[in-house]
Amino acid sequence: MSEAAERLETFLGRVPYVRFLGMHAKLAGDEMTATLPFAPHLVGNTVMPALHGGVLGAFMEMTALAQLSVISPPSSRVPKTIDIAIEYLRPGKAQVTYARADVRKVGRQIANVHVEAWQEARSKPVAFLRGHFLLRGA
Amino acid sequence: MSPEALREIARNMVETVPQASALGFKLHSIEPSRGSILTPWREDLVGDPDTGVIAGGVITALLDHACGLATISMATDSKTPFSTATLDLRIDYMRAATPRADIIAEAHCYKLTRSVAFVRAHAYDGDPADPIATAQAAFILKRGPVA
Repeated sequence: MSEAAERLETFLGRVPYVRFLGMHAKLAGDEMTATLPFAPHLVGNTVMPALHGGVLGAFMEMTALAQLSVISPPSSRVPKTIDIAIEYLRPGKAQVTYARADVRKVGRQIANVHVEAWQEARSKPVAFLRGHFLLRGA
Repeated sequence: MSPEALREIARNMVETVPQASALGFKLHSIEPSRGSILTPWREDLVGDPDTGVIAGGVITALLDHACGLATISMATDSKTPFSTATLDLRIDYMRAATPRADIIAEAHCYKLTRSVAFVRAHAYDGDPADPIATAQAAFILKRGPVA
């Protein structure tokens, strides 16, 4: 396993909330795809049924943090979220959701990250997230 | 809508929606245009294992749900409530939540048009004047009977 993949596994394994969501992530080279399998406790609208908007937001935020863990020095602490803006384009259906994070800028203190989430096709995104994160050393 | 009918709809929305009940949400208060939700700290919801601080995602879901609650409280008639979907949600995190403290999110729907609700919310864990996070959201309304 590469060092980057180890850092990702460490991050995913250490954060209890990652298990609550049930998400996981895989690295292909330097590209990470996060996966959120459908589970009944993620539903926000039982009539449709649809994923809770907060779940999609949380999944994308964790995707951003996971991507940052891949590029951070080993044993860094989890970055602190400063702000996030979420745009919802389609209802999240009762099925698997994927997300990818694009780290637009990493400065000394702050990272700017854009995340895109989709289900059947990447060309049909369900939601976007833009966020700023405060980076913290070991 | 009578206060009792509104309370019933609100309780249903806060305590029976699967994600809300999985996070342990409790209805804290409800009145026309305003609603608040309480959620207890839980070990399995921690986002920073070094400090025990709850995950930002929990705050996101809490603020989103409180904003939706304030929106549905605008329905004037319990026979024609509306369902809502989040259009956008912006959250600023002011500080880490205190480990092991209950968190309350209060939301105010300050403008309702035919199809969109504009909502502000804040979350705190003790002093309302010292918020953990604030939120600004827009919700799309789907009027008519909710199945």
